[in-house]
Amino acid sequence: MTHVLDPDALPGATPAVHAPLPPYDDVIRSDAAFRAFLHGLPGVDQVGAEARAAQLGTRSIKTTSKAWAIDMAISMVDLTTLEGADTPGKVRSLAAKAKQPDPSDPTTPRVAAVCVYGDLAGVAREALAGTGIHVAAVATAFPSGRASRAVKIADVRDAVENGADEIDMVIDRGAFLTGRYLDVYEEIVAVKEACGDAHLKVILETGELKTLDNVRRASWIAMLAGGDFIKTSTGKVSPAATLPVGLVMLEAVRDFRIATGRQIGFKPAGGIRTTKDAVKHLVMINETVGPDWLDPDWFRFGASSLLNDLLLQRQKLRTGHYSGPDYVTVD
Amino acid sequence: MIGHDRLAVRKTYKLYVNGAFPRSESGRTYEVTDAKGHFQGNVAWASRKDARDAVVAARGAFAKWSGATAYNRGQVLYRVAEVMEGRHAQFCEEVATAEGLSTSKARAAVDAAIDRWVWYAGWTDKLAAVLGSANPVAGPYFDFSLPEPSGVVAVLAPQQSSLLGLVSVLAPVLATGNTAVVVTSRERPIPAVTLAEVLATSDVPGGVVNLLTGDAEELGPWLAEHADVDGIDLTGAPAGRAMEFEREAAGTIKRVIRPPATEPDWTADPGLSRMTPFLETKTVWHPMGV
Repeated sequence: MTHVLDPDALPGATPAVHAPLPPYDDVIRSDAAFRAFLHGLPGVDQVGAEARAAQLGTRSIKTTSKAWAIDMAISMVDLTTLEGADTPGKVRSLAAKAKQPDPSDPTTPRVAAVCVYGDLAGVAREALAGTGIHVAAVATAFPSGRASRAVKIADVRDAVENGADEIDMVIDRGAFLTGRYLDVYEEIVAVKEACGDAHLKVILETGELKTLDNVRRASWIAMLAGGDFIKTSTGKVSPAATLPVGLVMLEAVRDFRIATGRQIGFKPAGGIRTTKDAVKHLVMINETVGPDWLDPDWFRFGASSLLNDLLLQRQKLRTGHYSGPDYVTVD
Repeated sequence: MIGHDRLAVRKTYKLYVNGAFPRSESGRTYEVTDAKGHFQGNVAWASRKDARDAVVAARGAFAKWSGATAYNRGQVLYRVAEVMEGRHAQFCEEVATAEGLSTSKARAAVDAAIDRWVWYAGWTDKLAAVLGSANPVAGPYFDFSLPEPSGVVAVLAPQQSSLLGLVSVLAPVLATGNTAVVVTSRERPIPAVTLAEVLATSDVPGGVVNLLTGDAEELGPWLAEHADVDGIDLTGAPAGRAMEFEREAAGTIKRVIRPPATEPDWTADPGLSRMTPFLETKTVWHPMGV
């Protein structure tokens, strides 16, 4: 029961490998200190967060604003396929869709990235060469994260060598929920190091964290450890990217920039299937962290079916009548 | 004993979309009166977005409904008749009120409506035999043709006959394996709302039938133009707009049933005329002797 006495807190314990940005450079001096810091974060008012998220979801975005939001959302999509049945052929067709989402309208923007398993990152890299579309790979024993650290690091190195320039890692939820926050932190630091130049997105899997307080703590761990993005979910667990969770994570991102000057990106993933969901997220970003984040470098949607709905809505705006799934590609 | 001062439990007449009873997305309602002009209730007034949601629901339900065996579809439609029979008195009262009919005429209309379900239930597993064929072809092929459902069919239900007319246009769409988005009679929607309650409790999968109470004049163009609607029955289209709806439907080559000049006598034998328009013929050329 580590909350009774933490051996790391004794004098002479070795400090952690990597110190966070000031003013938080000393919070990881021991397990106990880190826990004290994370549990000292202001508690989340769950009812308030849900009410605020629901309120932001009622904004009416129409006509030219809607057209802008749809194009912005398309350019922020991480077009994802994470199935056991993925093949090089499927990744290539996904890449073709990423390059030209709607063949009937060449003015449609490209998506931000294609997200695949690490072994297929090479296929995606080849198919997307010269387009400026990023290749994201999930790693660290995605989606469960249940493997030894050496395996996770090897997974990351492999994905980077295969050509991924963005790595989506999962945190060790088991360690987090048993209170071993420093383990979680050190693992993220180690993965970040293995990423090299690749951007690191840290998946919190909020559906397994249960409380919004936990979501805030996990967000801070990921940001302190050097993650470039914090991401809600793997998409394999429900609930995934709900608006209240997004709100808490965005507030963490905002507070972190105010305190340290470093901007962290945010990626909701899982459960965002409709244009309406996407627009609600855009509204929430604008209202919570401001327009600095309304950019594919700082905000992404992890989604597979969302893109088709965005394209259908885009076609509706262009033609004036409702479109149907026969008019977009089948994934 | 409850006295005469008991508060009445007033009913909220809602839409029927994807197996649920939502209010209109727009929040709109309109007043419905009986044939003599007395207030009957506030009924949900469907908007174009309700129609859009209904089409999504109908599309989602199509694979399962069209994939069910014809025998199974027949059983489900027969079940609708069974459940309607249990609400016979309620339907009689509502049809009499809505259409201003005498008790005996209302009863005849309800009887005919229930029988119509049974009639179409019987047709589901006979269509392929009647409309399909084995084709003699000049080549080493076993060549046969089968009728297959078109997909999502929008139905503008008759404006006058609130129940028998509605069943007469809806049942053939279902019997052939299509899913339906129905805009009910604008002035007489209450029997349709009760029919929705019957459908919800008679093994018809959610989304196979979606009933929108509202104005065919308002929703017609959206359904006619909708790229994910495969056919449209314009029977209840407002006078003078049918040609326009048909032109809009041509943009995505929909199957169309044109409205009759005046509303037909729904008690007449329906024949196959309402089932064949929403069927596609698939012909298979199967090599033989190789």
